[in-house]
Amino acid sequence: MTPSIVIDRVTKNFTLRHARSIKEMSVRAFRGQSLSDRFRALDEVSLTVHQGETVALMGLNGSGKSTLLKLISGVMQPDEGSVRVRGRVAGLIDVGAGLHPELTGRENVFLNGAILGMSRTEIERKFDAIVDFSGVERFLDDQVKFYSSGMFMRLAFSIAAHTEPDVFLIDEALAVGDPPFREKCLDRIRELRGEGRTMVVVAHDIRMLVGLCDRGVTMRQGRLIFDGDTEGAARLVREDRAARRAAGRTAGAARGEGRG
Amino acid sequence: MTVTPVSADDGLRAPGGDGGLRRTLQNKYLLRLLVRRELRARYKGSLLGLGWSYVRPAVHFSVYFFVIGVFLGMDRQIEDFPIYLFSGMVLVHLFTETLHSTTRSVTGNAPLVRKVFLPRELFPTASVLVSLVHFLPGLTILLGAAVAAGWRPSPEAFGAAALGFAIVAVLGFGIGLLCAAVNVLFRDLEQAVDILMIVVTWSVPMIYPWTHVQAQAPGWVLDVYLANPLVSAVSLFQRAFWRPGADGDFAFPPDLYARAGVSLAVSVLVFAAGHAAFGRMQKRFAQEL
Repeated sequence: MTPSIVIDRVTKNFTLRHARSIKEMSVRAFRGQSLSDRFRALDEVSLTVHQGETVALMGLNGSGKSTLLKLISGVMQPDEGSVRVRGRVAGLIDVGAGLHPELTGRENVFLNGAILGMSRTEIERKFDAIVDFSGVERFLDDQVKFYSSGMFMRLAFSIAAHTEPDVFLIDEALAVGDPPFREKCLDRIRELRGEGRTMVVVAHDIRMLVGLCDRGVTMRQGRLIFDGDTEGAARLVREDRAARRAAGRTAGAARGEGRG
Repeated sequence: MTVTPVSADDGLRAPGGDGGLRRTLQNKYLLRLLVRRELRARYKGSLLGLGWSYVRPAVHFSVYFFVIGVFLGMDRQIEDFPIYLFSGMVLVHLFTETLHSTTRSVTGNAPLVRKVFLPRELFPTASVLVSLVHFLPGLTILLGAAVAAGWRPSPEAFGAAALGFAIVAVLGFGIGLLCAAVNVLFRDLEQAVDILMIVVTWSVPMIYPWTHVQAQAPGWVLDVYLANPLVSAVSLFQRAFWRPGADGDFAFPPDLYARAGVSLAVSVLVFAAGHAAFGRMQKRFAQEL
């Protein structure tokens, strides 16, 4: 099997700056508070994904899943260690980031397609399929700012789902639209999987992940704690959730889940 | 957790490593779409549309012409003062607009920068191209006015114009790259840049002749003043479009072409520095935005 993604002992730190302005800084300095905190989002994470695998990345909020995806996509660089990827990477990461509200749906298909790495001919070839999938034909020449949020997300998802990358990263994108559209999205992802593309999927819907993926990876506080079958990975996440809920109850404050 | 050693493989490469200006310029299609998006989006929903890009310079021009030219009498000191003023103005506008928009180019595209890997140089480059698109109508009006005042094309005029344009474009792009990157860390910069642009407008011989500096200020001030690459660029544009149509005895700053050559060299160095700084700092963009 040929490796498709090789993550080798990757560490990533973030600096959280509490004060931005001089006023805030002097106030914090006067009170003796620290101006910034470092925290480790990823701690010596190693992972090899082979071509054609569909990997579910699980963990609570703040466990480092999204950071790991950003490192794979190249948006961020690791502080230590290395990330290597074979072929073109594209992602359904926060679909809609590339849609411009002032442009029409048609213009956005071309712009967002190009942003996601498609060439002009490629977009022209897939244009009908994208529009068909999104179901917004009637509003194609309207500005996207007049779309309902569902239409907006559907268009964004269809563009992203029609890029044909070698490595496909999916982050919470499956939460878009109504149940029928979600089902359509899952079908499209199964289709992409059938074509032998490598996929890394992040989602909170554990049952869906177990059904979709053939390998599960669990993360906890920036560390990779489990790598194996999806059921095993899912069990660990459920334990973590239960533990967090219990901790929340004892603390008395149900502050909800932490940082995303 | 251990990883099975992976044999060295050409197909595997670091994601996001292949950015840079070269990749940006190779991706012409995306660049064109981004420029079009800027142009379409900026004036969409307004009645005048792209017409607004004429209103601003027209108002500036009128204010300078009536206040400085007529009320303060510059019109009597400089022949064809409107053309003198306008030839400097189009170039200074190109510079200020380039800096204004490149400084905001990365922060303005924050959602994209955070989520999708693209060569980050795309955003400032698109901003520069948008400024160039806005520069064209001004240049056309300038040419029309110059021809009406008796200007005829000559190799020297074209050479001077090209050199002046090159200085402004290269310098603006270079400083713009640096400002775009620094603005990600310190948003104060975009305010500072806008204020500095007021200084730029008045620190070039666009509204008044450089000889006023010579007559009123000490020698070292004049030296500093003339060392500004923009002074050379503006003088070159006046040399190209205003001087041939005027027949008075107006002296440009000494060694204009030598200074311009040095200015262009400095601009290229600034560009190289700005490009290198942007390349280093862009690695941190996603986490700082």
